[in-house]
Amino acid sequence: MNSVPHADPTAAHYNRRLFHSRIFRLAVIYIFLFTVSVLGLLSFVYWSATESVTRQIDSTINAEITGLAEQFNQRGLIGLVQAIERRTETAETSRGLYILADQSYERIAGNLSRWPDEKPDSEGWITFRLEYPEDAGNNTNFGRARMFDLGRRFHLLVGHDIEERSRIAASIRGTLIWSVVVVIGVSLVGGIMMSRSLLKQIDSINETSREIMAGDLSRRIPIGERGDEIDEVAGNLNAMLDQIERLLAGMSEISDNIAHDLRTPISRLRTGLESALIGQADPEDYRDSIRGAIEEADSILKTFNALLSIAQAEAGATEVHQFEPVDLQALLQDVGDLYEPLAEDQGIQLKLELASDALLKGDRNLLFQAVANLTDNALKFSPAGSEVILSLKLGAADAAADENAVVQVADQGPGIPENEHERVLERFQRLEASRSTPGNGLGLSLVSAVAKLHGGALRLENNEPGLRATLSLPLSVGR
Amino acid sequence: MRILIIEDDSETAAYVSKGLGENGYVVDVASNGKEGLVRAIGEDYDLTIVDRMLPEVDGLTIVETLRKAEKDIPIIFLSALGGVNDRVKGLRSGGDDYLVKPFAFSELLARVEALLRRPASRVVETSLRVAELEMDLLTRQVTRAGQIIELQPREFRLLEYLMRHAGQVVTRTMLLENVWDYHFDPQTNVIDVHVSRLRQKIDKNFESALLHTIRGAGYSLRETG
Repeated sequence: MNSVPHADPTAAHYNRRLFHSRIFRLAVIYIFLFTVSVLGLLSFVYWSATESVTRQIDSTINAEITGLAEQFNQRGLIGLVQAIERRTETAETSRGLYILADQSYERIAGNLSRWPDEKPDSEGWITFRLEYPEDAGNNTNFGRARMFDLGRRFHLLVGHDIEERSRIAASIRGTLIWSVVVVIGVSLVGGIMMSRSLLKQIDSINETSREIMAGDLSRRIPIGERGDEIDEVAGNLNAMLDQIERLLAGMSEISDNIAHDLRTPISRLRTGLESALIGQADPEDYRDSIRGAIEEADSILKTFNALLSIAQAEAGATEVHQFEPVDLQALLQDVGDLYEPLAEDQGIQLKLELASDALLKGDRNLLFQAVANLTDNALKFSPAGSEVILSLKLGAADAAADENAVVQVADQGPGIPENEHERVLERFQRLEASRSTPGNGLGLSLVSAVAKLHGGALRLENNEPGLRATLSLPLSVGR
Repeated sequence: MRILIIEDDSETAAYVSKGLGENGYVVDVASNGKEGLVRAIGEDYDLTIVDRMLPEVDGLTIVETLRKAEKDIPIIFLSALGGVNDRVKGLRSGGDDYLVKPFAFSELLARVEALLRRPASRVVETSLRVAELEMDLLTRQVTRAGQIIELQPREFRLLEYLMRHAGQVVTRTMLLENVWDYHFDPQTNVIDVHVSRLRQKIDKNFESALLHTIRGAGYSLRETG
């Protein structure tokens, strides 16, 4: 079942798949269990119904025997015969059977032509064959009767045509067979319908996957309105596809940017080498050109590495990143320590305000890179005599949110106009004013990507004057 | 000093072996993993440079096998796989250093020298000395020609690393990795500022400079002349 058939779902093929489908197998098992239980239930009904009819007949017979015996005791044989004759008159409807016989079992009165030959059981019960004269032997009914001795001289037999009981039994049997047939039929149809509908949903998922494999990544699996588990699967698959599409779009954007922003330095490198080749003959000039070329190549590599780091951080490729407990306070201390001399050289005061310690799970090198990039930026754009404040505190965006470690780097430089805040986080975005300073325009995008990798966010705000970059990192991220 | 290069890319191998040859090393090149492993086990080299992705036997396996065979030679990984995790894997398997391609030759040379001059014995040193510059590792006091030099803790560690690798070229990345213990790309010349501060303290009032900048490579602490 793990390969996706590529042939068209022709009817025969479809049916073959239907009968091989898992849901159909389940339906068959279900039908079997259901049939067995219906059979059991109806057999019980059959048994108890016939049993109760039999008991009713028996008690009627007993009552009649008691009544007739009383007649005999009070009024003798004449009374008994009269009573029997009265009863035989209504026997047509009551289906009663009577015979009174003498010592030698010769008939005296009653509606049976002769005393039956069948042997009674210990209580005098017998079941015997009846033939009605009007039927001419076409129809055999059975009678159930009880023999009773009146003194020594007479034998009495009172019975009942149990044709009715047989009819009830037969009708219950009929019901039973029909119900089983109907149950099997209905469940079979239901099973097929169920399997078909499920198969159809799965087919639509398969079809969409095939189209996506064929290259159309924009396709999505249609989701039904019922919100059942198949819809849920479809929804999750769609969400997964969205994510893949987003990542692919990101990739193609990266390659566009690489094409755009690496082309310039590479062509500069090429021009430099070419002009070295045509021009000078002095070895020292050659060395200079080569040195320049190496510097150019190094800067290209640097840009390339930064792009790669951003892409990896954005893809959330955890297998590339080492998530381990990171002491943010120590990390910020290290950043401060690394940049303090640089700040001092520029006449900028780098202040550390580390209010609390914060331990979070993350990639310490990337986090260091992020804070270093922010600090680097702040120092790059700050005028001499100003302050850059590197701070760490704990806080949450709102009460419901997880607690965040909030790292802020605030400077008093020219800042970034409010409407550019979003744009500078994109790759290679550099403000016109900063084109002349060194840097590849990837610094802030990397910080933003690192923040996202750690489940946090980078926010830029106006520090009036200057820029305040806030990196909030949730403490609960535990990948 | 004999160095074995196990590298399937002939251009990289030629470039590295030419550079190392010019610096006075005897270099052998093995172009696939199997050959490299056989030679590394069978012959005596002072250092091995191993590419991670190799035909037949990959670099990680070579290093693991060498370590299991108790070959204690220094090993440098060369790899296009530059993720932090890849580095960790390489170092865990028994590599001594890990260099991501593409790399500057000066970086590789500096690392080769650092590994080859590593003290053979693990005797704990209590003091370091370069010319008249002395560092007492116990009292953490630094003097030059008897004159006490006051250093910040980080400057002390920076100087300690430079002194331990005296005479060798030490690159900026090596300093970041070993003194600051972070693996990252600084956007500006932060390291240079630290080094120039240290230079102020140890060289300024003295006639000869000990801390030299090696253009295009890094720094070197050594006696002039």
